Amino acid sequence: MNIVVLMKQVPDTEGDRKLAADNTVDRAAVDPVINYIDEFAIEEGLLLKEAHGGEVTILTVGPERATESIRKALSMGADKALHISDEAIHGSDAVATAKILAKALGSVEWDVAIAGSEATDARGAVVPALLAEVLGAPQLTQARKVTVDGSTVTIERVTDTGYEKVEAQTPAVISVVEKINDPRYPSFKGIMAAKSKPIDVKSLSDIGVEAGEVGLSNAWTQVASFENAPPREAGQVVKDEGDGGSKIADFLASKKLI
Amino acid sequence: MAEVLVLVDAVDGNIKKATFELLTAARQLGEPAAVVVGAPGTAAGLKDQLAEYGAAKVYVAESDDIAGYSVAPKAEALAAVAQQASPAAVLISSGPENKEIAARLALKLDSGLLYDAVGFDGDGNVTQQIFGAAITVTSKVSKGTPVITVRPNSFAPEAASGAAQEVPVSVSVSDAGKGAKITDTVVEEKGSRPQLSDASVVVSGGRGIGNADNFTIIEKLADSLGAAVGASRAVVDAGWVPHTMQVGQTGVTVSPQLYIAVGISGAIQHRAGMQTSKTIVAINKDPEAPIFELADFGVVGDLFQVAPQLTDEIGKRKG
Ligand SMILES: Cc1cc2nc3c(=O)[nH]c(=O)nc-3n(C[C@H](O)[C@H](O)[C@H](O)COP(=O)(O)OP(=O)(O)OC[C@H]3O[C@@H](n4cnc5c(N)ncnc54)[C@H](O)[C@@H]3O)c2cc1C
Ligand SMILES: Nc1ncnc2c1ncn2[C@@H]1O[C@H](COP(=O)(O)O)[C@@H](O)[C@H]1O
Repeated sequence: MNIVVLMKQVPDTEGDRKLAADNTVDRAAVDPVINYIDEFAIEEGLLLKEAHGGEVTILTVGPERATESIRKALSMGADKALHISDEAIHGSDAVATAKILAKALGSVEWDVAIAGSEATDARGAVVPALLAEVLGAPQLTQARKVTVDGSTVTIERVTDTGYEKVEAQTPAVISVVEKINDPRYPSFKGIMAAKSKPIDVKSLSDIGVEAGEVGLSNAWTQVASFENAPPREAGQVVKDEGDGGSKIADFLASKKLI
Repeated sequence: MAEVLVLVDAVDGNIKKATFELLTAARQLGEPAAVVVGAPGTAAGLKDQLAEYGAAKVYVAESDDIAGYSVAPKAEALAAVAQQASPAAVLISSGPENKEIAARLALKLDSGLLYDAVGFDGDGNVTQQIFGAAITVTSKVSKGTPVITVRPNSFAPEAASGAAQEVPVSVSVSDAGKGAKITDTVVEEKGSRPQLSDASVVVSGGRGIGNADNFTIIEKLADSLGAAVGASRAVVDAGWVPHTMQVGQTGVTVSPQLYIAVGISGAIQHRAGMQTSKTIVAINKDPEAPIFELADFGVVGDLFQVAPQLTDEIGKRKG
């Protein structure tokens, strides 16, 4: 089975994240890491490979520096990577990113494309659905469990009250939620092996995307401005002297919340 | 006046508050028109409620295939309505499935997509809060019909009378739209509590509660307020409550009128999911806990004393 894992490099949420002067995410301000939930996507890809054979390819659309994260994914056990890197991609919105991912998938053999459910930078949680729409492929998203039987993929899709079983034929786009598995740590052997694993770096023209379709100035949405949110006004903190509960009740009543 | 489409969210014939919020918000942008997408017969019980919140029209896009397949048919049905109505914008309340519907719709309409808006100005701009609400962004759709998902609790619902004129729209789901078949639907948590993602009041418990059995303290407090129940990741990881209750960066994002954090330290990843709550109350025995930096009102004390007392007080004051 040919498994592609969609992995995004994002600024670490522990850092003080900023926007740059052109209103895009300032990717230099904070150390980049693998988008947290994508580690679960990578692990799910590796588990499927272990169960059904085949290869795991990491697919990333991102700047040159994303190589660091790609190496880490390879050290976890992925076989190879496809990295779409092009100055013209800078500032692309989710729709454009999905179009690039779709074209990139067109250049490889794949049965399942596994994404994370949400990236921590833009928190869109839309790329997997967009990708399925662009490709006309079945969408199996928000999965807390993935089962493959021949060309049939079944997931448990998390809902507000439980889950749905959803079934589709390959090729299908999957997204997984945190907790679906336990992402492995790269072993020393894995880290050594990753150094010689192939990373295929392609430009937009290599995969047949027109530069005029993507990037900041062609995005279908524009950020006009941004400002730091005013800090929350310091509230009142009291020590419990046996009446902490009633004090909260007083506060809630004063705010007309009870 | 141009129409503004609002996708209706309903469970068992009850329209969610978030839909009324959007019908209210839509009035800032044009004339609100509700869109009911679902199995045949879904709209019948909803019309009166929509009229009460100012829906001038109710587009009814119903088909048996909509409930049988995941996400894609809903986007097709909504696109059929949008093509017929040529609206000024489409508003959808933010939630995992709704954001996916919005995404697919935007592509079908060749239109820009903005998600998690918390406000509008008069000029077609929306405001969004990013990076754990540290930055407020103003953005605009520059192509096509703006498709905008709006965070629940961003607008206060206000009743207004609308004609709720029914407009049927025929839907035939494409083969591609039937790619992902729903073979079973499993409800794991029944119960009468409001849903976490769009509740007006949320009470969350953290590791401070000590063990799974003690979580009833949180539930009792929540029930006294008619609130939804949430948890920190520490509580989920310990297996005391299911993952669907996790509030935070890798869980549900909530933005209620009132958020009460009980025995939660307030780690940055937790804050990312609740920082935009209008009023925050915290109970924690550690005066240094970062949650107090956010709290409008905080009590430094033992949750096993303070929380039950609060539950009792609320009960008493409600009479
Ligand atoms: C990538 C990543 C993603 C994450 N995503 C999330 C997420 O989505 N949501 C989330 O919540 N966390 C998330 N976390 C975890 C987060 O960093 C914290 O570890 C977690 O929120 C801590 O939960 P807690 O506050 O319940 O526990 P603790 O930090 O252990 O805090 C417990 C608190 O309870 C107080 N306490 C103890 N006993 C009492 C008592 N008797 N009375 C009153 N107070 C008491 C203590 O003073 C303490 O402040 C994530 C972490 C990472 C690395
Ligand atoms: N630039 C990208 N390169 C590779 N995968 C991506 C990219 N952007 C988003 N994804 C995938 O889509 C998921 C959801 O992203 P988002 O919709 O941006 O929240 C992520 O967890 C990734 O798996």
